Amino acid sequence: MGTSVFYFVATLSVFFALMVVFAKNPIHSVLYLILTFFTFTVHYVLLNAQFLAVVNFIVYMGAIMVLFLFVLMLLNLNKENEPNKSALLRIVGVIAGGCLVVTLIGSLKSVAITSPLVLKNPSLGLVENLGKELFGKFMLPFELSSLLLLSAMVGAVLLTKKEEKTNG
Amino acid sequence: MGSIFENMQGVPLNHYIWFCAIIFTIGVIGVLVRRNAIIIFMSVELMLNAVNLLLAAFSVHHNDASGQVFVFFIMALAAAEVAVGLSIIVMVYRNTQSIDINVLNRLKW
Repeated sequence: MGTSVFYFVATLSVFFALMVVFAKNPIHSVLYLILTFFTFTVHYVLLNAQFLAVVNFIVYMGAIMVLFLFVLMLLNLNKENEPNKSALLRIVGVIAGGCLVVTLIGSLKSVAITSPLVLKNPSLGLVENLGKELFGKFMLPFELSSLLLLSAMVGAVLLTKKEEKTNG
Repeated sequence: MGSIFENMQGVPLNHYIWFCAIIFTIGVIGVLVRRNAIIIFMSVELMLNAVNLLLAAFSVHHNDASGQVFVFFIMALAAAEVAVGLSIIVMVYRNTQSIDINVLNRLKW
């Protein structure tokens, strides 16, 4: 089977990502986004980054997608009520994106690293190794990220709270 | 699980770079082309994911676990960003009955 798995999964994720952007119905976009994240999980497994694969599965496909779907259903936006941008703006957007990808690939061609990816340490992406790294060198950022999550939670609750009508 | 990777040896690193550049660009096109605020958020998520995968690939290339720790931090940041962003969208919808980005163009001034 060799490396063909990577190319197959990469093709799938490019296809699903395109469908996310160009699907008419927002619900279909969210479902295609779930499929895209699933293919990314497969990529992590292929890189032997098992911890990241599991976290990607739980955080992205579980938490974030539930948030997206929940908001879409709550706002009752599952009908096509999006006024289309003019065709000119769409074409200009796609051309700008094409220029970006040509620039990125062209500039990275000069530093191309054609050597195949070799995993020197098989336990690199396992939980034990990453846990030692996370609670050793990265202790302070880890604690700070908990503060970030807490403030995000407080901010989300405050933002969505209905304002009381003050009659004063 | 090591055997899976044995089969994977041989994908050059620059194919990962090209693949992530393409996914990132699809995200950029989504931000430029769509007007639905939620789909713009999803495109931002696509861009974050492309960067995540590239960090993991380089972490394997350099045999350094720091890259994967960074991916973990980016995931925490993405979760926080989505929570706050979606609540802002809910607020905008409550005030304007629409999530079209163009109704916010008065923020320019």
